[in-house]
Amino acid sequence: MEVMEEKKRAGEFRDDKVFTWPNLVAKEFLAAIFVTIGLLSYSYFVDAPLRELSNPGEAENPAKAPWYFLGLQELLVYFDPWFAGVVLPGIIVLGLILIPYLDNNPKGNGYYTFKERKFAVSVFVLGYVFWYVLIYIGTALRGPFWAFFWPWEEWTHDFPTPPPMHDLPLPLGVALLVGFYFVGLVLPAMIKRDFFLKLGVVRYVLTMGLLLTMIGTVIKMVLRLMFNVKYMIATPWINI
Amino acid sequence: MKLISDLKKKITENEIWRSIFRHGYADTPRNRVLQIISNIWLHLHPAKVREHATKIRFTWCMGGITFFIFLFETLTGILLMFYYVPDVNRAYADIVDLMYVVPFGRLLRNSHRWGAHAMVITVSVHMFRVFLTGSYKPPRQFNWVVGVFLLVLTFLLSFTGYLLPWDQLGYWAITVGTNMARATPLLGHEGPFSYILGMRPDNDIRFALLGGTMIEAPALLRAYVWHCIAIPVIASALMMVHFWRVRKDGGISGPL
Ligand code: HEM
Repeated sequence: MEVMEEKKRAGEFRDDKVFTWPNLVAKEFLAAIFVTIGLLSYSYFVDAPLRELSNPGEAENPAKAPWYFLGLQELLVYFDPWFAGVVLPGIIVLGLILIPYLDNNPKGNGYYTFKERKFAVSVFVLGYVFWYVLIYIGTALRGPFWAFFWPWEEWTHDFPTPPPMHDLPLPLGVALLVGFYFVGLVLPAMIKRDFFLKLGVVRYVLTMGLLLTMIGTVIKMVLRLMFNVKYMIATPWINI
Repeated sequence: MKLISDLKKKITENEIWRSIFRHGYADTPRNRVLQIISNIWLHLHPAKVREHATKIRFTWCMGGITFFIFLFETLTGILLMFYYVPDVNRAYADIVDLMYVVPFGRLLRNSHRWGAHAMVITVSVHMFRVFLTGSYKPPRQFNWVVGVFLLVLTFLLSFTGYLLPWDQLGYWAITVGTNMARATPLLGHEGPFSYILGMRPDNDIRFALLGGTMIEAPALLRAYVWHCIAIPVIASALMMVHFWRVRKDGGISGPL
């Protein structure tokens, strides 16, 4: 005992262990009880949705995916299905998987801190919020024909026709896209030299590639909303 | 207080009680350890944990609650399976029966449905807390990867269940969702470069998911089997790995 006390005082190791029974188990049981009560009482008052029998001949308008996919469905406004519905979710999942291998900052392991990992926390929180903002728009602000309605507006079928859209000329589009990734990769590496050196080339390129794709998604949304650009890159095979 | 202790005596000091529990519980350190390690369910836990790991303000209890909701969904799901038949001529009527005829059927269906939504939320909040505490850092990188797969599986579990009521809501939601598969590069017949592999509506990846070119009886059966058997089994296996790794990686993360 004494040895342990001494070591503790010397800060050699932390002996802050407590018995799982009852310290943790009691809280788990309480949580389980509260969740059960919550679910059952909510279910007592609010019915799960059930519409008419399915009818392939009569499409719902708007037809919406379950809410957790509505962020992706919202992106269908700005991108073709192969990107918004398949490639982008793929990139998101891959990016999530890569996080532990990209973030080699040893600080902030096992406790809350913003100061010691500003970059990682900011990027993740922004991405997380972006995902839910898109879900909110897709869920609450999209009416028939996926037209936009503010919360205080009534969903109607007669809304102004959207302005005509145009594609960027191919060379300009390619130049913009390549330039965006090129500048986005090179500039921060030059300005924030130790950020680049700490990560190493591979980690740096993957990290920034993912971040730029997230930012690029927002930029494409702005291009569409403000300048009516349909595609940045329009080819017979693929459109972005 | 006297009343309570008298009552306690009445309940515990008789032949029936003693025939079940055999001996009392003396609150000693040894017994606290034994409670955990001699119980098949509780021994998922270590006998002792670091104090901060029991704090709700550290874990937000979100991993545990996600797991609990999964168990809740399993239980209510099994009960629903007693009534529901994945047949396009019956499915909708079975759900209507659950809502209006089956005793407690409405509560059963509602809580299964809301539980599914709740699980999607809690799993994503759990991921958020794991990120904020940097708990994916060494040695826990791989458990984060397992977690991401669990996240995707949670979405798919909820998504496959959406079609089962066979109503307009589910039908068109699944239509929107699976139409995306059409556009898969290479593998969907409307996707870029799919001509290379000779994709047609009746041989591409969407066809494989739906078992047809339209959402019909085979699609309902596939959704049902994925939802009730395949995905829960895969997710359970991954959860075992997930919990095992929490222990093997040194318990809940914390400051050194
Ligand atoms: C069905 C889904 C999941 C279940 C049931 C689950 C359950 C749990 C539980 C019970 C813990 C113990 C600590 C706590 O409660 O916070 C835990 C820890 C952990 N989870 Fe999950 N989890 C799931 C999904 C995820 C996801 C989506 C991620 C990340 C992408 C993840 C990453 C982790 C990591 C890295 C730990 C260790 C945390 C630490 O040591 O502080 N899990 N999980």
